Amino acid sequence: MAQTETGKETAREIPKMKPRPIVLLGIFLISHCFLVSVVCCTAGVLALLLLPVLAKNTYISENALMPGSASSMLSNHDISEANRLAKDLSGLNLGLEDTGIESRRILARYLSDLGAEVSYHKFLSQQNHLHPLHFFSSPDGLMRENFSCSSYGVNTVGIIRAPRGDGKEAIVFVTPYNFGKSDLSETLSLSIAYSVFSLLTQVTWLAKDIIWLIADSQYGEYDSVAAWLRDYHTPSFTGLVSSNVDACVVGNNLEISNDNSVVQGKISDGFRRAGTMAAALVLKVTDGNEQWDDTLGIYAEASNGQMPNLDLINIVNYLAVHRQGLRVKVQKFWSLLDLKWLEFLGKTFELLGKLARSLNPDWKFGIPASDYIEGTATLASSLYFQALGIPTGPHGAFRDFQVDAITLEISPKVSSSSKAKLNEFVLRGGRLIEGVIRSVNNLLEKFHQSFFLYLLTSPSKFVSVGVYMIAFALLVAPLPLVAASLYADANKLDFGMKFDKSTPVATASSERDITFRSWKWLSAAKEVFVIHMWGVVVLLLPYLISQIPDLSPTASFVSWVLLSMLSLLILYLILGSPFSHSHASLKGDWAMLKSATISAVFIGLLLMSVVNFATAEIGALLMVPLCLMAQPLKLDIRAASLRSFFRVSCTLILGFIAFPPVAFFTSKAVFEGPDSINLGDFWNWMESLRAWNSATYVYIGMVHLPCWMLCIHILFHSC
Amino acid sequence: MALPLKSTLFLLFLILVSNIFAPIISFGSSIDQEREEFYEELLLRPLPDRKVLAHFHFQSTAPPSNSNGRHHHLFPKAISQLVQKFQIKEMELSFTQGRWNYEKWGGFDPISSNNAKPPGVELWAVFDVPQDQVDASWRNLTHTLSGLFCASINFLESSTMYSAPQWSFRPATGNIRYGMLPREAVCTENLTPWLKLLPCRDKAGISALMDRPSIYRSFYHSQRLHLISNKSGPEGMNPGIVLEQVLTVVLQPNSQRTGMTFSGEKNVQPSWSLSSIFGRKVSGKCVLAKSSNVYLQLERALVAKLKKNKNKGADNIASEGFWSETGFELSVRPDRVFEEENNSHRKDSSVLFEFSVDKYSDSQPFDLGLTWKFPVIWSCKPAPLHASRFLMGSGNERGAIAILLKSADLHDASLGTCSSSDGYKFRVDVFQVVPWYVKVYYHTLQLYVNGQPKAVGDVIEKIHVSPSKDKISPGVMEMVLQFPCDVKSAVLTLEFDKGFLHIDEYPPDANQGFDIPSAAISFPNFYTSLFFPGNGSVDKSPVLMKFQEKNPVLSYTEVLLVPLTTPDFSMPYNVITITCTVFALYFGSLLNVLRRRVNEEERLLKSKAGKTTRLSRLLSKLSAKLRRKPQETPETPSNSSSFISSKLLLKIFLVAVLAVAWQYYFE
Repeated sequence: MAQTETGKETAREIPKMKPRPIVLLGIFLISHCFLVSVVCCTAGVLALLLLPVLAKNTYISENALMPGSASSMLSNHDISEANRLAKDLSGLNLGLEDTGIESRRILARYLSDLGAEVSYHKFLSQQNHLHPLHFFSSPDGLMRENFSCSSYGVNTVGIIRAPRGDGKEAIVFVTPYNFGKSDLSETLSLSIAYSVFSLLTQVTWLAKDIIWLIADSQYGEYDSVAAWLRDYHTPSFTGLVSSNVDACVVGNNLEISNDNSVVQGKISDGFRRAGTMAAALVLKVTDGNEQWDDTLGIYAEASNGQMPNLDLINIVNYLAVHRQGLRVKVQKFWSLLDLKWLEFLGKTFELLGKLARSLNPDWKFGIPASDYIEGTATLASSLYFQALGIPTGPHGAFRDFQVDAITLEISPKVSSSSKAKLNEFVLRGGRLIEGVIRSVNNLLEKFHQSFFLYLLTSPSKFVSVGVYMIAFALLVAPLPLVAASLYADANKLDFGMKFDKSTPVATASSERDITFRSWKWLSAAKEVFVIHMWGVVVLLLPYLISQIPDLSPTASFVSWVLLSMLSLLILYLILGSPFSHSHASLKGDWAMLKSATISAVFIGLLLMSVVNFATAEIGALLMVPLCLMAQPLKLDIRAASLRSFFRVSCTLILGFIAFPPVAFFTSKAVFEGPDSINLGDFWNWMESLRAWNSATYVYIGMVHLPCWMLCIHILFHSC
Repeated sequence: MALPLKSTLFLLFLILVSNIFAPIISFGSSIDQEREEFYEELLLRPLPDRKVLAHFHFQSTAPPSNSNGRHHHLFPKAISQLVQKFQIKEMELSFTQGRWNYEKWGGFDPISSNNAKPPGVELWAVFDVPQDQVDASWRNLTHTLSGLFCASINFLESSTMYSAPQWSFRPATGNIRYGMLPREAVCTENLTPWLKLLPCRDKAGISALMDRPSIYRSFYHSQRLHLISNKSGPEGMNPGIVLEQVLTVVLQPNSQRTGMTFSGEKNVQPSWSLSSIFGRKVSGKCVLAKSSNVYLQLERALVAKLKKNKNKGADNIASEGFWSETGFELSVRPDRVFEEENNSHRKDSSVLFEFSVDKYSDSQPFDLGLTWKFPVIWSCKPAPLHASRFLMGSGNERGAIAILLKSADLHDASLGTCSSSDGYKFRVDVFQVVPWYVKVYYHTLQLYVNGQPKAVGDVIEKIHVSPSKDKISPGVMEMVLQFPCDVKSAVLTLEFDKGFLHIDEYPPDANQGFDIPSAAISFPNFYTSLFFPGNGSVDKSPVLMKFQEKNPVLSYTEVLLVPLTTPDFSMPYNVITITCTVFALYFGSLLNVLRRRVNEEERLLKSKAGKTTRLSRLLSKLSAKLRRKPQETPETPSNSSSFISSKLLLKIFLVAVLAVAWQYYFE
């Protein structure tokens, strides 16, 4: 009797055990994961669209910079000096092969007359030297045996030592210059830089050394700057490379002729250094634009979406707008400007903003619709170029050595070809550079105050990491919930089936079955793993394909696709097809697979968000809805309701779009018009990603493509 | 007519005065054997890059004396007390701003070798105390000097900041301590106490030239104090002290920027005068000084160039006309001209003009001017190997220090004493101190000579390394390298890890990075000495004596800036809070999972249920009655949870709505 009493009591007491609130919340979320995922995804997309509205105005965070607080010292005298240099250089443009050497000589003479230290830096341009297996290794371990003398370049470097400085730090400015054949705009950039340089040799306020790198851009602007930086930071002392280069150079007789006794002895071939780099500016002048006044384009994206400190952009923007009256622009997708739905969205936000303001005048989050569209176009390009992971200019090379750098692209108004206008333009450009250098020179510490993780929505507006993370977090948040709920459901379902089927005879084996079932996720994980292995193979294929000579991009692309499919087939044969055991497939099988897929996507996206946030964001936009919606078509067809039809069509469209090549071509069609599509473009695009060591390449191969494949697999699952 | 008359009268007066006082002076000196003496001298030298080197040299000497705390006539009391108190045998303190340009301003002469100092403060001292008291003496000395010179020399007190070089820095000295503060800002507040040590301060004599704005506008500015005490006397005597105060300045004469035409005109050196470079003139000597001279030195290369211009080989260079023909003109006639006595094979020799300031006065100040007539281009003799040091690598984790020695002049055949035939090798001493937070791995030392990797043992003759101890002592490396004579370039690399500092060990402006003080590279095979045989070689001036000393060529490398990882100083509290929260959540849940056993809680509850007291049972019954339902019926946890949390959510939502409404209506 007592026994039964206690039995009853325990039966009553056990449910009393209260789960913890956090567990409860988790269970609640998991049980409502459908609703949660719909809400989160919508909110995520909405938050992304809201970013231009949430963007803040930039401000100069580091007080020491003090941009524009000193009046510019660049005078017409410096400009006329620079014009003389430009005249001397352009006067040379008659010889064919010799101009490079001669113009270098002129430059060196001008520089050393200013009292600067001049040196030549010879380098071999290395193109397409990347091996997929060297992806994350440093470039200095590369083999440099097969070089040819034809591809060596010579940078000219001028260094001003700060008169009273201690020489611990340096500011670099770079002007790419094609010594072989230079055009007017390049000469113009040279004369802007020279005018600033000649001013800086005389000023008393220099605290950091100034390095002017005239990068030999005949083999690409980036290459020459990167080569110089490599030799600056990781020189090789064995003399192998330099002697090779010297062997090339001897024939061209770069040495200054002996009769020029002034210059002799001042120019050295040795590599000259000047302290730790504080910041770098790359100055380019492009051909005139017709629409506006003198404009200044700022390019900041370095490899893998790294950005320079926002303060650097801020001072350039501040000085250009408020001191020199230049029109500052950053890259944007022009085609987005006349999208109807965007305009509608902008108007809606504007209306909402107005409404909010009428409720409370302190709520100022509405921005005009036109600003919104502009902001969105800029934001989209900012996201895209960060996601691409390819530097947008020679400044990218600096970022690899933790130096903040940006490229300034100044373009004069096209009509301003008259002498006075041109001088005016040089003066403006020079004063801008001078102001920036003076600001950086004021800096006691290195750039650290302002943001490193941000997206620009206009030259003077930015979205910081704290804000743009929200959109990504919202998109990614439902993934673990859905995975957990699917897993739980699949387990439950199996147990249910087991209990239905189980006869009294089978009870003995049911225990073992349960333990087996609880490890069922392993087979799903195996499938996911196999597909990811395939992703790695696909990733490595372009290297093999690129070894085949004389292959057009289209052919390469086609062969890549074919080889990928072949490799998938081979994987099936070797490892046993993940699709093959349909005979033994159970009802919960696809759910388990989907759960594993979603987990893989989640992990992949999170990892990618650390490496390159923009890639993760775009990837999440493409992958998350597809992953959440993927469900075997058979089930939907069986159900044959309107809802399931809607679901099927959505899934198919998403699945189509999320396929990387399709996504690429679609975006290309949207941004550049439908007639610009060419099959080879995708190959070229991927190839450039690979060549630039972009993490996006890895992401596409190891996260995006396998997960897309798995989703497609789930779609066509036979259950 | 009036003026000459005046001057003759003045001269007469001088003669009279000297006649009267001379016996007294001689009488005094016969008593005291030696008196305290003070010399003031200024050496000027045109530099190849259109600049002028001005080298002020003041020397005070105090003879050994027997009385304790005796009154000094000329010698600064502060210094003599310093020497007595800390038993200093030798000490040198330098304040430097700017960098000595070894390529353009030379690296082989006594001035560059002795006076080119690394930026910031450098202090070394040799003590005459037992080994165990050296550190204590050093610490006290740094504090005293810090007070004396208004500088933060007291930071050298900490054992992480100074080191004890064994043999490479100065040969054969025992109790030496050496410290550097590369970031010390040198300013006029350091100069004023330094000038106070002079008997005439900057009120009279040559030091009156020291116009602060022009001095601090200079390209290089190094103020140095060097003292030697010689305990020659018997026990109980105060030591005799020789105090040298040297200010080396490189100035740019003001010259209008000539139109940059590439004709010869541009290359004419700027003409200058004392008044144009300093803005002042010398109006007479400091009356307390024993001698007061201004020298103008022309370097060997310049003299050679000038001679070539003249196109007449051997002329009497002492004659004035010679120089005016060769390219420049002096506004004041030199009192004496010395030519360097060069015993080596070199035929060019340096020339020194001496100007005595004695005869000038307020009414007729001394203003030496030099006017160039023809363009002259020459270059100073560089050090045998040009030393530069730089950092390699990037990132916050590790890096490498490289010291590059490059043979400077290709045309100069020889490196003097070095000839490979007799197996003689070219010796270089390296002395480098690295702060502890730059953790140098000395085993990673690699050497490349002429672009070929060399085994360490082949090149290094002698090495002494004391690795750094965290927060206790810096790493010191002393090396003697032996290079073959035909060495063109040599590179030394050392890898290091960047350490982490405790948050309160970061200096202000930590984001600037951390300095590695200069390394000292000396070339013991090469000596700097210039010997000027004077006519009256009895009373040699201190500068010329200094020139004669046989010191090895010494040069310093650049200061390096290592960026270390820095915490976010602006919001340490936020960072700490967030990190702690994350860690607490993570480890809390992890531990929770680890120590939980299956069904443990149920068992616990069961046992609790068995042990429930009557009171609690009563309470539960009461509550059940109050709720008017039977004691809880079992529910599936998921249902109950969803029920509870949805209710909770509703509550939260209500509260939020209330809060918004509140906010809205009360603003």
